[in-house]
Amino acid sequence: MIPLSWYVILGAILFAIGVASFLIKRNIITIFMSIELMLNAVNLTFIAFASRWHQVSGQVFVFFVMVVAAAEAAVGLAIVLAVFRTRETLNVDQVNLLKL
Amino acid sequence: MTPSPNLNLWLIPILPLIGSAINGIFGKRFPRSLVAAVALIFPGAALGWAIWVVTQFSSIPQAQLPHIERLFPWIEIGQTFRVDYGFYLDQLSVTMLLIVTGVGFLIHIYSVGYMAEEGGYYRFFSYLNLFMFFMLTLVLANSYLLMFVGWEGVGLASYLLIGFFFLKDSAAQAGKKAFITNRVGDFAFLLGMFLLIQHFGTLDYDKVFKAISPLPVEAGVGFLTATALLMMFGAAGKSAQIPLYVWLPDAMEGPTPVSALIHAATMVTAGIYMIARSNVLFLHAPIALRVVAIIGALTTIFAASIGIVQTDIKRVLAYSTVSQLGYMFMACGVAAFSAGIFHLMTHAFFKALLFLAAGSVIHALSGEQDMRYMGGLRKLIPWTFWTMTIATFAIAGFPPLSGFFSKDEILWKAFSDKTHGSWIFWLIGWITAGMTSFYMFRLWFMTFFGERRQPVHNEHQEPTGAVHAPTSAPADIGHHSGVQTATHGGGHGGHNGHGGHVHESPWIMLGPLVVLAIGSFVMGWVGIPESLGGHNKFDQFLTPVFHTSSEPARAAENFPNEPQQSENPESEKALELGLAGASVGVAVLGLLLAWFFYYRRPELPDRIATSLRGAYRTLWNKYWVDEAYYATLINPIVNGSRSVLWRGIDVGVIDAIVNGAGTTSKGLSGITRRMQSGSIRSYAGWVALGAACVVGFMIWMGLRA
Repeated sequence: MIPLSWYVILGAILFAIGVASFLIKRNIITIFMSIELMLNAVNLTFIAFASRWHQVSGQVFVFFVMVVAAAEAAVGLAIVLAVFRTRETLNVDQVNLLKL
Repeated sequence: MTPSPNLNLWLIPILPLIGSAINGIFGKRFPRSLVAAVALIFPGAALGWAIWVVTQFSSIPQAQLPHIERLFPWIEIGQTFRVDYGFYLDQLSVTMLLIVTGVGFLIHIYSVGYMAEEGGYYRFFSYLNLFMFFMLTLVLANSYLLMFVGWEGVGLASYLLIGFFFLKDSAAQAGKKAFITNRVGDFAFLLGMFLLIQHFGTLDYDKVFKAISPLPVEAGVGFLTATALLMMFGAAGKSAQIPLYVWLPDAMEGPTPVSALIHAATMVTAGIYMIARSNVLFLHAPIALRVVAIIGALTTIFAASIGIVQTDIKRVLAYSTVSQLGYMFMACGVAAFSAGIFHLMTHAFFKALLFLAAGSVIHALSGEQDMRYMGGLRKLIPWTFWTMTIATFAIAGFPPLSGFFSKDEILWKAFSDKTHGSWIFWLIGWITAGMTSFYMFRLWFMTFFGERRQPVHNEHQEPTGAVHAPTSAPADIGHHSGVQTATHGGGHGGHNGHGGHVHESPWIMLGPLVVLAIGSFVMGWVGIPESLGGHNKFDQFLTPVFHTSSEPARAAENFPNEPQQSENPESEKALELGLAGASVGVAVLGLLLAWFFYYRRPELPDRIATSLRGAYRTLWNKYWVDEAYYATLINPIVNGSRSVLWRGIDVGVIDAIVNGAGTTSKGLSGITRRMQSGSIRSYAGWVALGAACVVGFMIWMGLRA
């Protein structure tokens, strides 16, 4: 049986990759994908702990996260579309109307 | 609580308030006739209601007096302190009620004619009605606190009306002077009320008087004396007594009907009314009573001496008013309250008449107020002349006109009252009576007799033209339609009105003059003393107010020689007649002197003034009292406020704190605003940094554990 720590370490690595790409990347779509990556890293740890302790609540929580992520994707992609239509770019550094 | 009939006293003050509100809010759009109608109907209705109340009043049995109508609780603090909004009707307030509504209504009628040419017509009548509301509140109040509301309110109305021609700098200054000087007295009045609350826990007249009555008369200075002295100081402010009289002569900047109503007939008598109302308190504090008499006596002779040399017709009357108020103060001070109120009543008539007639003269001369440029007006404005003649003889104290009886009553009481009176008071009053007669007939001769004197366009023929306080620098800033084109003081140029012919005033102004003249003639007859074959009905009418309260006090051991009736009433009567003769004699002497100096030999006064230059200049400059106040009080306060309170505390401390707070937050925000860069990735970085911090903290906590 694969020890629990492996799952946790994999989740941490995925999460760190998500954070790093969230900070580094300039394309809104990529940033969006890195958010999904972070969510799924968290999902992975939930699942791991759920099966380790034989509890359902972790799995249920994962379903909630997936539902919310799906909804978020719908809204978020709509926003991305709107941004692209008005500004003709997906570079977040150029979406800076609030800048000083 | 009171089984006596409900007289709906609240209607009397509220009616003029309605009139004031209507004219104040809508009057600007009304035609003048409608403004005048509103302004007359409501005080007229108040007068009518007051007369009805008086007819009902006589049917209230004596045992049920004072008649008190409590409307609703106004201030309630637990079980300990409570003030009702209520009205208090007894012989004293009935007398005041009739004076205020009657004289007030006549002056309203007069004002319709007098102000016809002025701007701000609706504003004037709104203020005038407002004044009536507050004055009636003052008179009818059933507690000191409600009286204080009226007291302050008439001060406000007075301020508004003195400064009615507010574009004229001197008028605005005079308004402020009146208001601030009155505040000084009001502060003392407030302190007096606090003392009453502290000792009796109430401000209702009936309860306070009931609480004071059984107390022994204070031999030394106790809290009753302190309270009475504070109250007296408040009264001195309102009634223009030394040391707070300085505002009244300057108050003549207001329109003449205002001078007549507020600064002669009604408001300035509020102080006298307050002292008479508090007679129980004052009789228990003989020292305070003596101070009242001394202040009254000093004021009466002091103001009369200034009045002798003034040349502005309204200022002569103003000083005369101060002097007559001094008489009333003196009367209260010798415990002759009913004599004081009697003089208050007759004075209200003849002084209002004098002012209105003077206003008619000024009107006839298109704004001229300087008596040196009058003269010979007798034939030109006969109605004004004859009414003014009656008033002049009344104030000078010629029998059988009203002033004689009231003034003589005061002088007699001052002389004969063994506990409170003194022959010194009588002597001062007697000399002042002569001076009063002199300056009034001086005014009379200068205005109506001799040749018409045109203004000499020769600036300042007087030793000094500084009639005003040092503030008067720019006299007339602007003449718009609402500013009376009257110049005061020295002979400034620009008496434009002199080209026009002298004209008698319209009937709407002469009517009130005639009514007041009849009043000035006959009003004294209600108080003819017994030595002259009368019954002094007025004194008997007021007796329940003043004597029920004073008898136990007078019977106290401190004054064993109480009996007022001396052993031989015959000699007493002869003495009273002798004194009356003396005062008539001195009045005649004043008349003759004035006739000699200002009719027979009009060049003499100037020669005397030149030879007695020092004395003349002292009087002309009003003993430099204004200048002394400036040097000792006003300038130090102004300079202190400027350098310490303004530049030191306001700018140095308060502004510094506020500005410092602003600068600090601005500086801090200059740093922190860099976090809010507007770039999404930097926000993401901050979020990641925060998350890293939280994680780091938790790891650190885990390691520690």
